[in-house]
Amino acid sequence: MVDKKSRGHINSDLEFKKKKHAREMKYQVLSFGLMIGLTIVAFLTVATDGVGSWFTIPFIILLAAIQVIFQLYYFMHMNQKGHEAPALFLYSGVFVAFITVLAFVTIIWW
Amino acid sequence: MLNALTEKRTRGSMLWDYLTTVDHKKIAILYLVAGGFFFLVGGIEAMFIRIQLAKPENAFLSAQAYNEVMTMHGTTMIFLAAMPLLFALMNAVVPLQIGARDVSFPFLNALGFWLFFFGGIFLNLSWFLGGAPDAGWTSYASLSLHSKGHGIDFFVLGLQISGLGTLIAGINFLATIINMRAPGMTYMRLPLFTWTTFVASALILFAFPPLTVGLALMMLDRLFGTNFFNPELGGNTVIWEHLFWIFGHPEVYILILPAFGIFSEVIPVFARKRLFGYSSMVFAIVLIGFLGFMVWVHHMFTTGLGPIANAIFAVATMAIAIPTGIKIFNWLLTIWGGNVKYTTAMLYAVSFIPSFVLGGVTGVMLAAAAADYQFHDTYFVVAHFHYVIIGGVVFGLLAGVHFWWPKMFGKILHETMGKISFVLFFIGFHLTFFIQHFVGLMGMPRRVYTFLPGQGLETGNLISTIGAFFMAAAVILLLVNVIWTSVKGEYVGADPWHDGRTLEWTVSSPPPEYNFKQLPFVRGLDPLWIEKQAGHKSMTPAEPVDDIHMPNGSILPLIISFGLFVAAFGLLYRSDYAWGLPVIFIGLGITFITMLLRSVIDDHGYHIHKEELPNDDKGVKA
Repeated sequence: MVDKKSRGHINSDLEFKKKKHAREMKYQVLSFGLMIGLTIVAFLTVATDGVGSWFTIPFIILLAAIQVIFQLYYFMHMNQKGHEAPALFLYSGVFVAFITVLAFVTIIWW
Repeated sequence: MLNALTEKRTRGSMLWDYLTTVDHKKIAILYLVAGGFFFLVGGIEAMFIRIQLAKPENAFLSAQAYNEVMTMHGTTMIFLAAMPLLFALMNAVVPLQIGARDVSFPFLNALGFWLFFFGGIFLNLSWFLGGAPDAGWTSYASLSLHSKGHGIDFFVLGLQISGLGTLIAGINFLATIINMRAPGMTYMRLPLFTWTTFVASALILFAFPPLTVGLALMMLDRLFGTNFFNPELGGNTVIWEHLFWIFGHPEVYILILPAFGIFSEVIPVFARKRLFGYSSMVFAIVLIGFLGFMVWVHHMFTTGLGPIANAIFAVATMAIAIPTGIKIFNWLLTIWGGNVKYTTAMLYAVSFIPSFVLGGVTGVMLAAAAADYQFHDTYFVVAHFHYVIIGGVVFGLLAGVHFWWPKMFGKILHETMGKISFVLFFIGFHLTFFIQHFVGLMGMPRRVYTFLPGQGLETGNLISTIGAFFMAAAVILLLVNVIWTSVKGEYVGADPWHDGRTLEWTVSSPPPEYNFKQLPFVRGLDPLWIEKQAGHKSMTPAEPVDDIHMPNGSILPLIISFGLFVAAFGLLYRSDYAWGLPVIFIGLGITFITMLLRSVIDDHGYHIHKEELPNDDKGVKA
């Protein structure tokens, strides 16, 4: 209810809207390109013989995390206004999952 | 209901109405009835435990029967009594408090209830089908994997189904509180019961998935031959303990936070003073919720995780005493200087403070990891958690039930009977559990079906049992009160306590099915109180009178839940009987086909036209 009102002004300025969409499109294409690039890098890392698994595994996990962030922010529009509550819950969930995994790794299996 | 929209109903159509309802107020009543029923079942189990332990070497229950009763007492009270009763109050009150016409997803609300209901029934059918679960409510894998019969399978499958219902209910409340607030109802104007519901729902969202995973792994281990928890074949039994307590500790905050919220509503109304330190209360709730996820290992200090892990979690646990202390002082300072009216609800709220502090103090004692090696698995722990759960959650529920009963049913529970039952309950509670601290320090282990004579444990246990009978008498008197009130009680107006502060007291008791004829405009914290102070007769409406969109009732939630109930029987008996496997598919088929029906049938609800809305009742009144 409260949010709807604050979003009402967006369709007031067509020119501004067009500009905004063009900018968004640019970011989307850019991040799409980056994601393809990152995927290729990930495949190359695994395919290369000289790189040990001590490097490969953390590296591709890092790439995966970056891709998730791109996905959420540019394709699922978390960079736009009105997504604070989903962001809060996403990060809380990430936090709880992280604590759980950390505890399992350090207390049980280490 | 006292409005023109309600026609006289036969008993059959009334039953059908409740089976198909998606109205949050009727779902609240369903939760109250089902939760109350399981509360009585759990209470009878508690009485069996206390009768067995009334004297040394008693033969009232066999060792196996004791294990089953003790397990089912804990499981029933936590999952099937305390949580549904809290959901009853949340459903009854939260949409009204935020000025909404219903929850965000009324259909899901009904689905959540029916899943809980069938899960609970399934769990309790174990009594008649070869024995109940017997490994304690924690059901540690090292015990439960070796449990004979199907008791543990009933536990795993029943809790899985009712856990789904809880998760759905939690998500629904989150969506409701984020999206459905009336104009002007900002987050920092939310009543505290709504705030605690919000944080408790967030805890449900994050805490129930670990339980779901744990129960799924346990089901695979017990029914499908995997070995996640079996160390002989490479599994790890400690993983269950972690998964259970990653869920289990937030679970106790899921229980206590709404109870805190109830006290934060009851105390300002009857102290007739604004709640002291509103923003610090909100801060404390959020902090407790946050810390709740970082302390679960304090349940496992003696598992042998090492001094570093124990030290980290001991410190984190003690940190929780700080936000809790903030809340305690805020309640005290709210009462201080207030013009206090001691109704039954207020008596529960006031007596909660010292009772809960006692439980909190022993909590900090138990949090000291080194000392915990002494306290672990003794009656000291039993005394501690009953002090926080009864002194906190049950007192909260009883306060909330007395406080909001007129809002739910239109009649105030008889005050004198309420006060007598409060006195019985208060005395019985302290009589039962205070002595158990000392019985525990003398070394009596928990979860053991009997004790030997001549060890100094006789008197303490006998006193405990006598106290339990006081509590039973209090509960029976409460039931009498409920029946008496529903027969003889008189209907009351919108604000039966005369000092209501929040939006639920602006609508008639019980409210019409659309709650608010016009959504109210909220001008600050305690909106009704503000309007009263300004000398207004009613809330300022935030919208003109218009057609009200309402959801249609549906039988589908019940059928979806029933399908899972059937499938659970199939899973349970799959390896015993040939009919097990097809029954799994029949059950899941019922569920998925019903879900498909829900997806393909368009249901746009209906409108109550503004001409049909009653004229005399303005919807919002101060």
